[in-house]
Amino acid sequence: MFRLRINGGELSVDVPAGMPLLWVLRDAIGLTGTKFGCGIAQCGACTVHLDGQAIRSCVLPVGSIGDRAITTIEAVGKTPSGQKIQKAWLDVDVVQCGYCQSGQIMSAAALLAHTPNPTDDDIDAAMSGNICRCGTYVRIRAAIKQAATGDAEVLQAIAPAGAA
Amino acid sequence: MIPGHAPAARSTPVDSDRRNALKLAGLSIAFLWTGTSGTASAAMNARRQSSDPATAAADGNPPFAPNAFIRIDTDGSVRLVMPSVEMGQGIYTGACMMLAEELGVGLDQIKVEHSPPNDQLYASPFLGGQITGGSTSTRGQWQVLREAGAVARTLLISVAAQRWHVDPSACSVARGVVSHPGSGRTLTFAALAKSAGALPMPGKVELKDPKAFTLIGKPLQRVDSADKIKGATQFGIDVRLPGMKVATVRACPTFGGKLVAVADEGARAIAGVIDVVRLDNAVAVVGENFWAAKQGLEALEIHWDHGNNADLTTAKLRAALAEKLSNGTSIIAREDGKRPAGGKSIEAVYQLPLLAHAPMEPLNTTVWVTADKCEIWVGSQVPTRCVAEAAKITGLPQEKIVLHNQYLGGGFGRRLETDSVEQAVNIAKQLKYPVKVIWTREEDIRQDIVRPMYHDRISAVLDAAGRPVWFGDRITGGTVLGRWAPMAMGKNGLDDDLVECAEKTPYEFANVKVEWIRHDMPDGLLIGWWRGVGPTHNLFVVESFMDELAHAAGKDPLEYRRALLQQNSRSLALLNLAADKIGWNSAALPPRVGRGIALGEPFGSRICVIVEAEVTAQGEVRLRRAVAALDCGIAINPSSIEAQVQGGLIFGLSAALYSGITIKEGAIEQSNFHNYRNLRINEVPLIEVHRVESAQPPGGLGEVGTAIAAPALGNAIFAATGVRLRSLPVDRRLLVQNAEALRRTVI
Repeated sequence: MFRLRINGGELSVDVPAGMPLLWVLRDAIGLTGTKFGCGIAQCGACTVHLDGQAIRSCVLPVGSIGDRAITTIEAVGKTPSGQKIQKAWLDVDVVQCGYCQSGQIMSAAALLAHTPNPTDDDIDAAMSGNICRCGTYVRIRAAIKQAATGDAEVLQAIAPAGAA
Repeated sequence: MIPGHAPAARSTPVDSDRRNALKLAGLSIAFLWTGTSGTASAAMNARRQSSDPATAAADGNPPFAPNAFIRIDTDGSVRLVMPSVEMGQGIYTGACMMLAEELGVGLDQIKVEHSPPNDQLYASPFLGGQITGGSTSTRGQWQVLREAGAVARTLLISVAAQRWHVDPSACSVARGVVSHPGSGRTLTFAALAKSAGALPMPGKVELKDPKAFTLIGKPLQRVDSADKIKGATQFGIDVRLPGMKVATVRACPTFGGKLVAVADEGARAIAGVIDVVRLDNAVAVVGENFWAAKQGLEALEIHWDHGNNADLTTAKLRAALAEKLSNGTSIIAREDGKRPAGGKSIEAVYQLPLLAHAPMEPLNTTVWVTADKCEIWVGSQVPTRCVAEAAKITGLPQEKIVLHNQYLGGGFGRRLETDSVEQAVNIAKQLKYPVKVIWTREEDIRQDIVRPMYHDRISAVLDAAGRPVWFGDRITGGTVLGRWAPMAMGKNGLDDDLVECAEKTPYEFANVKVEWIRHDMPDGLLIGWWRGVGPTHNLFVVESFMDELAHAAGKDPLEYRRALLQQNSRSLALLNLAADKIGWNSAALPPRVGRGIALGEPFGSRICVIVEAEVTAQGEVRLRRAVAALDCGIAINPSSIEAQVQGGLIFGLSAALYSGITIKEGAIEQSNFHNYRNLRINEVPLIEVHRVESAQPPGGLGEVGTAIAAPALGNAIFAATGVRLRSLPVDRRLLVQNAEALRRTVI
């Protein structure tokens, strides 16, 4: 039995210590926003925050977490950087299939929390662990810059759904 | 895949005989085939609705549902049912824009629903079944969805005009409200829906003049973005049911191999493992959760019969293809004129590898089989095919198979297959509870139905001025269509997809011969659709070779192409636009930096891409810039178009730089993203997309960027290094600065 601090609350889960956090979230708790992509920390789809740091939950045994605070995609919008990133993701309309985007947003939110004005190199370093097979990278870069500066970085202006 | 165009529409009256009109207009119907329901040439229709009361009840009995796409509920809320599936390509947004434009609602006023499996209501006009693929969705739906919206609008206006005793043509609709500007009166959809639902279908409806479009042509935010950024979208893998267990599976890694025996004591001893299920060629372990199932799978001792492919290797597959290229009998796709005697003869052999799809969401299916029902939750590009296969496996009639389609975490052609669904039904059939079967990434790659490999001999004869007076392409490879839809094979057994973009190029050639030598893979090694299919393969060969011809003629690759495009103004304009945007004739580039052009006309669109790349002394390729010039006809959503071209290019560049499936001992050697690499954000430059305005009908877009990527890269590498790459993926050993010395020792 492990007591976990997740998304501002606490709950107990009865799972083996070696079970990766990813499957505790998805199968034991029912938070399915965090995704399974590779199982070996190669693709970043499973990225969550542990005390604000972006980590790959598919290789993190639940028994090693202790009392560190877990934040998932379902709650990252309550953090200042997560809120900015999610808004920029919408404004730039980053998503395609969307499957990797939970992980992309978690990595980007952690970047912005620690580096409010990231350079291209900062973005490369923070985001190169997240694969997107749809190839949304150009807009991911634009959205991170837009979230940081508030200035429109888009290649074309995208209107919200109710605009017309 | 399908070179077809719907006729242009300018406030065109459309009648119910539209399909005949389309045929007369020359729409390609080569792909119309007998759907899985057994009904020939099913196709969606702006006026057809299910007549089944149970279906209507399940749908909430909306008072106004004039066709299979539009439901207006008593409270006036608008639900739009999507005929295609959403796998990232943005078709939900595009389809909503086409429907909403004519219906008269904003995208923020609608709710989007997945369609149930039904060929009669949702079959693609191009593909004859409820299939999302071949970059056909927008092309196939452009007329019918606008017409469907116009049918609904016409009926709603009729009711309002009758109530007001005014001429319907004096009424208009916007944002869910019908108004009569002359008198200032308005009525909401809620007030009109019930009466509109009682009216007979209108015979003719008027489509909007494109100049009056308020949605189409605008870069609107996707309808699925808001949930996707919150992790709230349900993909197939996210399905959770009461009492559901989770399974993971291992099939025989050798193509066509079988299960002999399995010792499962170790697996059953693991906490959380519930069952071990044996199939003909696989074993599944069922657990309380995925982790338990995976631990159990790894604890199995499995004995396989590796079968006839146990010693198959990539080298053997290549040798067989090369032999067939030399000695096989071909099917002629096109032959115009003869190869002239004399002139400068140039010939090259190009090779393309097997490729895996690796969508970010590994394949998965949730199934619950009971005595009289089989319920399936899956994200599939072919929902009706899934139903048909499940019926065969369970022995239940098709109406007892209930399939709930889901958002797809990438498709790329992999989810045009039903193998993983069939497997899940076979597993669930042995269990008394619902089970979600999730493939590991390793299983997803090793059990992929891979893109075919090809060996092509391409040739040309140049006249004294360096112009090609002969173009010959001898394509050798296996057919996807021949397995997937054999009834759609063309004349003399030709696979039209396999020769697309070789059989017809943008250029003028006086004499042409394009032929295909069919070479089937060994039994058990299945080949499948992969983003861009025929054009992705042929454009690499043809556009790389065009560069070879320019080089042989001593001409600039841009000027060389220009000279051959004098009768093709649409493609010439794109070539010039891309060259202008990248500054083709600007200052000299640094050493070992080069630019490569590729031009093509795939999927009813036209695109020119110029890639600028640097090759390091160690042979690493660094992308510096890419510029695309695009003519895709009328643009539905310019934002989606830009995203599809950028993403498609990245998908194609990933494959060209890194991807190749190789075979050893009859099995795929690659297993996960560490050895099946993809481009990451640090390797991707800015990709500019410049679109020319056009009034032509929409072209396809989902695969266009992918199809044009590899030749632009290969030509850039040649410009940077002088090394012509005639096989993919890029072999860095050939690109190190002292490549000649290395070639003697390594290759």
